[in-house]
Amino acid sequence: MINSLKALQTRLSPPLLALLLAIILYFIGGILAPGFVNVEQAINIVRLAAFLGIIAAGQTLIIISGSEGIDLSAGAVVTLGAILAFRISNGQDSMVIPGLLVALAAGASIGFSNGLGITLFGIPPLVMTLGMTGVVAGTIRAVTRGELEGGTPPIMGKLISAPLVAGLPGVIFLWLLIGFGMWLLLERTAYGKQLFAIGINRTTARLSGVRVQLVVLATYTLGGLLAALGGFILLAFSQTVFLNLGQPYLFPSIAAVVVGGTVLAGGQGSYWGTMSGALVLTLLQSLLRALQIEEALQLIVLGSTLVVLISFYGRERKLRQ
Amino acid sequence: MNQSSLQSFLRRNPYLFTLLLLVVAIFFNFQFQDNLFEANVVNRNMRVLLPTMLLTVGQAIVIIGGGIDLSVGTMVSMINAILVTRILPDSTSSEIALGFFLACGAGILAGMFNGLCVAYLRLQPVVTTYATSFVFSGIALAILPRPAGQIPRPLTDFYRNPQLGIPTAVYIIILLLIFWVLLRSTRYGQFLFATGSKANAAYTTGVPVVRIRFSTYVWSGLFAAFAAIALTLLSGSGDPRLGDDMTLPTIVAVVLGGTRLSGGQGGIAGPLMGVAILTVIGNIISFANIDSWYQDLVNALIIIIALAGPGIVRLIRRLIGR
Repeated sequence: MINSLKALQTRLSPPLLALLLAIILYFIGGILAPGFVNVEQAINIVRLAAFLGIIAAGQTLIIISGSEGIDLSAGAVVTLGAILAFRISNGQDSMVIPGLLVALAAGASIGFSNGLGITLFGIPPLVMTLGMTGVVAGTIRAVTRGELEGGTPPIMGKLISAPLVAGLPGVIFLWLLIGFGMWLLLERTAYGKQLFAIGINRTTARLSGVRVQLVVLATYTLGGLLAALGGFILLAFSQTVFLNLGQPYLFPSIAAVVVGGTVLAGGQGSYWGTMSGALVLTLLQSLLRALQIEEALQLIVLGSTLVVLISFYGRERKLRQ
Repeated sequence: MNQSSLQSFLRRNPYLFTLLLLVVAIFFNFQFQDNLFEANVVNRNMRVLLPTMLLTVGQAIVIIGGGIDLSVGTMVSMINAILVTRILPDSTSSEIALGFFLACGAGILAGMFNGLCVAYLRLQPVVTTYATSFVFSGIALAILPRPAGQIPRPLTDFYRNPQLGIPTAVYIIILLLIFWVLLRSTRYGQFLFATGSKANAAYTTGVPVVRIRFSTYVWSGLFAAFAAIALTLLSGSGDPRLGDDMTLPTIVAVVLGGTRLSGGQGGIAGPLMGVAILTVIGNIISFANIDSWYQDLVNALIIIIALAGPGIVRLIRRLIGR
């Protein structure tokens, strides 16, 4: 049994396994919860997974960069992106693009500050981005004074969350586009190669001519930018903003990356794995909700399932090699 | 001044920067709050500090051993739920003792579960303890669905009031420091540092790395139980989410205390000072008449500057050196 599992592990890549798990979960859902398996529900799950997947895109890059790389400020940046788009567009279709641009710029500059703190001052990513969460949330409180005025332009809902082509909402196409972009970035650019190189070993990367600090800085900046994009897209779905909008997506975004086979130690992973990871997590949550079990049990099942999922591919190397 | 001797002095005393930060913070706090050193204010601050300090000791041991524990906060919530459902206002002393015993047992069991996953199954600590934090949170909700419970008055009074004129927390902090000095000097202590700094090298020289890693999480669970007991005596009641927000401050406190997140170095005196710094910063902000909408921002900025402090010093020295 264990041997055949091992053989299965070597034959299946982590993203493929995650995808397989998603399909299995979907059918388990069909058996346990009548009405879980239908086209409408399937589209809804993919739509929810798309939000999580887009927010996890930046997280994927940062985790691949290694050296304990992680972005705990992603949740706060998602909230900030949504609030900026909400305020600046103020419900007018003509102001959508300026709103998006300002949100992206704000996200990128927060990511850049994270990168500066990590490269220049040597603050560990975990605490740097955690501190940044406080700064972003504090700034939002200080500037808005709790009054979140603005509006969601109708065009955002139409293009992103409502059915666009063949009953599929725009966000699914956008997700595929981002997936393709991430694949290009990771596998077909010099940046991607350097990112994996610094993730495996910063010293050897530096000795072979990679400007490590610059790549790290670029990665955290990109991470912030993608989180803000996630916030913009989330706004199309939620139609309104509140101070805690993005926070619930933070840890799921990290879990999606890990379930998709990206190694937290860095240097190894893919965005397509993260996409499957986002699908698995969203399915799991929807399934638990559809079964209508009480919250306490939901949390316990979710936590234990996560441990099992991590144990497939999140395992570290043996001490004896 | 001879620069190399200054550097080696700093290396031998990694807490120096933390201590400096704490003194500066207390100085500013005193400027805004002139009754800071009055006995009842000191007592009030100490009894609020202690739960986070106890939790941070466990976190520091895990981090020194090369791991991290994101589940400590929900462990506190879970054990708080156990305590308030076991100890009722009319409980006898043996029932109370049983309650404390169960609390410690639950903490050790929870820590063993984390240790099993991280040390024996070799799962990545950040995501694993994040996942188990859901499990503990769910158990807390199952035991105590909504805030409730009341701890007998004599118990809470014992914790809240000074003993022989000295805050109860001070005795416990002294015990913690003695515990740490003893632990560090044992073979176990040496193994702990060896495991955290170079696990592979430690393994080849015969250190039981897996067992040491496992044990750090058990310590963390036990200290979460102590923290939960202190917090329950402080609040006097139960809440299934009571400890959830305590996890991240423990990590910030460890880093402020000069203990590197990569492991193999540090101690607990620094992290304990780190907890005090965080609390004093909070005090300063609430007494400095800062517009309440700005308080979170100022708090976060001060913490980031404090975290960047050693890095800024290093940067300046490198620039001057050139």
